[in-house]
Amino acid sequence: MSSAKDNILGSIRAALREVPAEEQPEDIEVPRDYRKQGEGGVIDIVERFAERVGEYKATVNRIHEEELKDTIAESCRGEGVEALAVPDGFPGEWLPDDLTLLQDKKDAPLSHRELDRSDGVITTCALGIAQTGTLVLDAGAGQGRRVLTLLPDYHLCIIWESQIVELVSEGFRYFEASVEQEGPPLTFISGPSATSDIELSRVEGVHGPRRLEVLIVSR
Amino acid sequence: MPEHNTGADWINVDFISVTMKNKKKTPTFEETAKAYLSNTQLRRNIGHATHTIREKRETVVGEMPDWEILREAGSQLKKRVMRHLDDYLLQLEASVQEAGGKVHWAGDAEEANRIIADLVKEQQAEEVVKVKSITTDEIGLNQALAGEGIRALETDLAELIVQLAEDEPSHILVPAIHKNRSEIRELFRKKLNQQELSDRPEDLAEAARLYLRKKFLNAKVGISGANFAVADTGTVAVVESEGNGRMCTTLPETLITVMGIEKIIPRWRDFEVFMQLLPRSSTAERMNPYNSFWTGVTEGDGPREFHLVLLDNGRTNVLADEVGRQTLNCIRCSACLNVCPVYERTGGHAYNSVYPGPIGAILTPQLRGLDDEGAASLPYASTLCGACYEVCPVKINIPEVLVHLRGKIVDRKKREGGLKTKTDPEHVGMRWMGRAFTKRSRYERAQKIARLGQKIFVRDGTISNLPGELSGWTAMRDLKPIPKQTFREWWGDRDE
Ligand code: SF4
Repeated sequence: MSSAKDNILGSIRAALREVPAEEQPEDIEVPRDYRKQGEGGVIDIVERFAERVGEYKATVNRIHEEELKDTIAESCRGEGVEALAVPDGFPGEWLPDDLTLLQDKKDAPLSHRELDRSDGVITTCALGIAQTGTLVLDAGAGQGRRVLTLLPDYHLCIIWESQIVELVSEGFRYFEASVEQEGPPLTFISGPSATSDIELSRVEGVHGPRRLEVLIVSR
Repeated sequence: MPEHNTGADWINVDFISVTMKNKKKTPTFEETAKAYLSNTQLRRNIGHATHTIREKRETVVGEMPDWEILREAGSQLKKRVMRHLDDYLLQLEASVQEAGGKVHWAGDAEEANRIIADLVKEQQAEEVVKVKSITTDEIGLNQALAGEGIRALETDLAELIVQLAEDEPSHILVPAIHKNRSEIRELFRKKLNQQELSDRPEDLAEAARLYLRKKFLNAKVGISGANFAVADTGTVAVVESEGNGRMCTTLPETLITVMGIEKIIPRWRDFEVFMQLLPRSSTAERMNPYNSFWTGVTEGDGPREFHLVLLDNGRTNVLADEVGRQTLNCIRCSACLNVCPVYERTGGHAYNSVYPGPIGAILTPQLRGLDDEGAASLPYASTLCGACYEVCPVKINIPEVLVHLRGKIVDRKKREGGLKTKTDPEHVGMRWMGRAFTKRSRYERAQKIARLGQKIFVRDGTISNLPGELSGWTAMRDLKPIPKQTFREWWGDRDE
């Protein structure tokens, strides 16, 4: 045991002398009657999600499953994407035929430099939160390693309507079991990278992808 | 966003000297504030920033019907953590280790810097990338690393500006708010070798992006602070806007995170409280662009080594004060700065600390100790208007702590002051007033004497200039003269 550790724990215990020995952390009551369950219907929730993602200056498209392949091809063309990074587990049938696909494989991962030189990345996601217009990625199949959605300048993200919850609380609870068991890295994305550091004027895009496009897909 | 960083050399040097028990004095708030008060450009910038964020915050908080419950939940969760901090720290240590991370304990700044420098050297890195963290500013990490031949590169746009300018941050959230676009262009032209550069914020951000991208790709070690760490799962969170936090915590092989021991939350679920409170209070957004949560190391994704440095550096002293303890609830949102009438006029530099504004006025003196004259002047940098308490997402009663600290400072002066304090005019005056208030007859007699004596000092219905020793009292405030007739006298005369 390091002495710094002993000292710190000793100081804490001395500092907390007035706390009764029998007090349990749960004895300090935490009100939990804030909103935990959304009340909006599915249509409202999807609508709100689309609206709020859009407010962050991301491009939002609502499409049907059958339009997926065409829309993806069109978006990539529109954004001038030639080399597209694709995570492990991303459905191949949606991918455009006329692009250079940079497949990230578990046994053959793309290097940081390859990703840096790519024009964009396409991924699915784990969840959407309507209240805040947030996409959550948990590095699962079709989403890939964190770095994939970080280095390319354009991120095209696909979300099913059924993946959208209404409230932030619902979002965190959704991941509770997986964090407690496997602890995957989670990334919450709400709009493209941004800064307001220069005279408070907002600039979209500093280090992360400067362009974020979200396809909300119905079945 | 909240957690932060700087190249604030003299502040850091000062911090190190203080932590090394070399009782170097910082200047008082009063001394420094005077200089900043006359800088009208700075005041205009700060005023614009604080008002803009303040109004936006009100809007996004206003759309939350359960805001007050969330505040109460946040406050109670933090109270729970503080009252059982030893257990929670041990739990955090165990869960981080189980997830493949290493945990280090640092009693003070020197120890923390030593641990980090050694870890960096182990990786044979000469340059590290950093995401802004006020905690690393507090311990003067950049300076300490420089002393070992390691360059710590700030990657947050504002922090980069501050670092390149060899300046100090002036706001928790927008540290370079005191610099305007043409100043930043000049700086980038010189330091980033960018001759052809306009002063559009887009172009300036692009220049920083290009410069830093190379650095990120080559970095072996990343250093970050932490907004939160979950005791139960070992999950650490960094909340940010630009993506440099994601870069620093994902790209390098080794990640070192420094956090104050108070940043713990009990369970993953508690994020549903704090991740609603923080973004709306801080950048006044429903959610800030990026939040990263990682639990130890994940094979094939991100750093191979993760080190968590737990820092005390005076926090256990804060914990020991039952009134001051709530200061540790702070989630560094900076909402209290934006509503503070004093901060708005002086800016952040006047506080001579990495923690400015109302939170700085209570945190700095408790961390540094009241025998630091500069730190002990901070509890007086307030009008006690209470605006900070009202906006604080974790309900820290800042005015209460301010008054409590003022009381401690006065007691201390009395104890240590000896004859000099006893003959100090303020002290004598207070004693005299105290005597006068003990008896009605004494009080009334005192009123009569004062009414006669004040005549020559009253100008336009106020007293602004008392003579000699008493001038100290009126230097900063006007006095109302004692009226010609008191209420009791008027009442007595009324029936006649
Ligand atoms: S004291 Fe409260 S309002 Fe001020 S920075 Fe800390 S959490 Fe925010």
